Amino acid sequence: MSTATETREPATPASPSPGRSTQLAKAGDWARRAPLLPALIFVILMTQLPFLATLVISFMNWNAYYPNERGFAGFDNFRRVFTDVNARQAVIVTILLTVAVVLISLVLGLGIAMLLDRKFRGRGVVRTLMITPFLIVPVAAALLWKHALYNPEYGLFNGLLKFVFGENAPQPDWITNNPLWAIIASLVWQWTPFMMLILLAGLQSRPLDVVEAARIDGASSWQIFRSMTLPHLRQYIELSGLLGAIYVVQNFDAVFTITSGGLGTANLPYFIYQTFYTAQDYGRASAAGVVVVIGTIIIATLALRSVFSLFKEETR
Amino acid sequence: MSAATPAPSTTPERVGGPQPMEPSEIRHRKPARSGSLLSLLAWVIGFLFALPVLWMILTSFHSETDAATNPPSVFAPLSLEGYKSFFAAGPWPSLLNSLTASVVSTALVLLLAFPAAYALSIRPVKKWTDVLFFFLSTKMLPIVAGILPLYLFAQKVHLLDNIWWLILLYTSMNLPIAIWMLRSFLAEVPVEMLEAAQVDGASLTRTLRDVIAPVVMPGIASAALICFIFSWNELLLARVLTGTVAGTAPVFLTGFVTSQGLFLAKVCAASLIVSLPVLAAGFAAQDKLVQGLSMGAVR
Repeated sequence: MSTATETREPATPASPSPGRSTQLAKAGDWARRAPLLPALIFVILMTQLPFLATLVISFMNWNAYYPNERGFAGFDNFRRVFTDVNARQAVIVTILLTVAVVLISLVLGLGIAMLLDRKFRGRGVVRTLMITPFLIVPVAAALLWKHALYNPEYGLFNGLLKFVFGENAPQPDWITNNPLWAIIASLVWQWTPFMMLILLAGLQSRPLDVVEAARIDGASSWQIFRSMTLPHLRQYIELSGLLGAIYVVQNFDAVFTITSGGLGTANLPYFIYQTFYTAQDYGRASAAGVVVVIGTIIIATLALRSVFSLFKEETR
Repeated sequence: MSAATPAPSTTPERVGGPQPMEPSEIRHRKPARSGSLLSLLAWVIGFLFALPVLWMILTSFHSETDAATNPPSVFAPLSLEGYKSFFAAGPWPSLLNSLTASVVSTALVLLLAFPAAYALSIRPVKKWTDVLFFFLSTKMLPIVAGILPLYLFAQKVHLLDNIWWLILLYTSMNLPIAIWMLRSFLAEVPVEMLEAAQVDGASLTRTLRDVIAPVVMPGIASAALICFIFSWNELLLARVLTGTVAGTAPVFLTGFVTSQGLFLAKVCAASLIVSLPVLAAGFAAQDKLVQGLSMGAVR
């Protein structure tokens, strides 16, 4: 179930890097494949095989609590995934979570990347401060948000409210009031640096003489941004957005830590974890897993395209 | 505090290829007033993003009673109470498990990825782009979609709660990224050097070791860094496949998920200590991080 075949671009070069000497290319096919095989076989064994097994189990009646009822189930598990309220909710949460986190952190990341693309005193320090959220272990980050920031009694947020507005300041219970947004905020905090880093790399690969020429010709900053910066950044925006989406779709740490999937925040990875780990319903968990994969393949196909276009540029 | 704000390491102006002119000079010819306002804004945003971590660091050095006051007691006396109670909770086995899993799997990844990257760049196999994209596509397969068979298999062959099973899985998880990164580094080895080695009659192993390896050392280092970080951070597999013996540091941290009451300093100390290796590695190699995370697509 690899997506590589689906995205094979027509432009795939038949002969590899033309720059390489033909002399080097003379060795036998097997001598060349040999160094590749260990990695290839290992990856197939460890990633493709388990997924194939998941696919098989998704068509089976298999609940570890009822070992005697194991058997072929057809599309039953899938039907249950799409009719079960919790499962449907998990699908919706996954989409909401992914779209919100990716969009918000992309926009923030772009703005901050533009700010950091200028030279100013302490730019290195600001950049370092900016990427700190990305370097905190995800579970630790989620714990930090849950206990040190969101806690209604002694969290930083309510502490600041009290500090600013005095004794009668509102003291909301952030997680209970807006569980999904509590998770989204913590993930945006973690992912904005990622977007920022890639977009900054994109900004810095921009040919500056052209921008300068446009400026001399009297183009405004906004015009330069709209018609030069943004088109140049397009593939970087796509790349960071889609890579971000692939990671956020799979998010488990934040949901598990901040709400434990409660209050209607269980996303598909958490739902699968719960269905197989707690409920021991292997068939249904596998069907949900297959749904995640189908969703991811849709995103991934787009992502591969975008990576491919960058990659093509690199090899010319 | 030093963990969050180290000296700005050498921050190259350009990540991209060779630049014809000194870019900063051109771009910032007119120092307008709006410029200093924007710089101030950048500082404020940078500080806001780091604030939760700075807060975590400060709280970890407060006593539990001072940590849990509202409004916050910023200037409360410093205390090691949080750290003491964290270490009293017995984190060493899980920290050691994390270290073992991350280091050993990173070593395995490099061992497998280097020859593979060679086969995909210097003397590429036929259809090498397809192979490369196959590797990338496995990265896009959500781990959760394969976790049940991985669990059932481990149960059957008694590998549950065994760090080696985790090591193998982390190796397969990081191998595609490492291959992608190393490939893009290997593609930059000058052909002349390889030809010279061939003319001199150097064997493949010698060419790899003496000609290619020194050139791609930075690439190997950054791939290793990324693999280490991903393994160190991983929770889902570790949570499902390990237990009391092989539990990693993130699994240990999940023990704090339900804890309530006056344990804030301890939670902060724990989060900080577990994040420390990643923070150190990440700050040391900020640019490599971009490259690794974008799977080598952005240089």
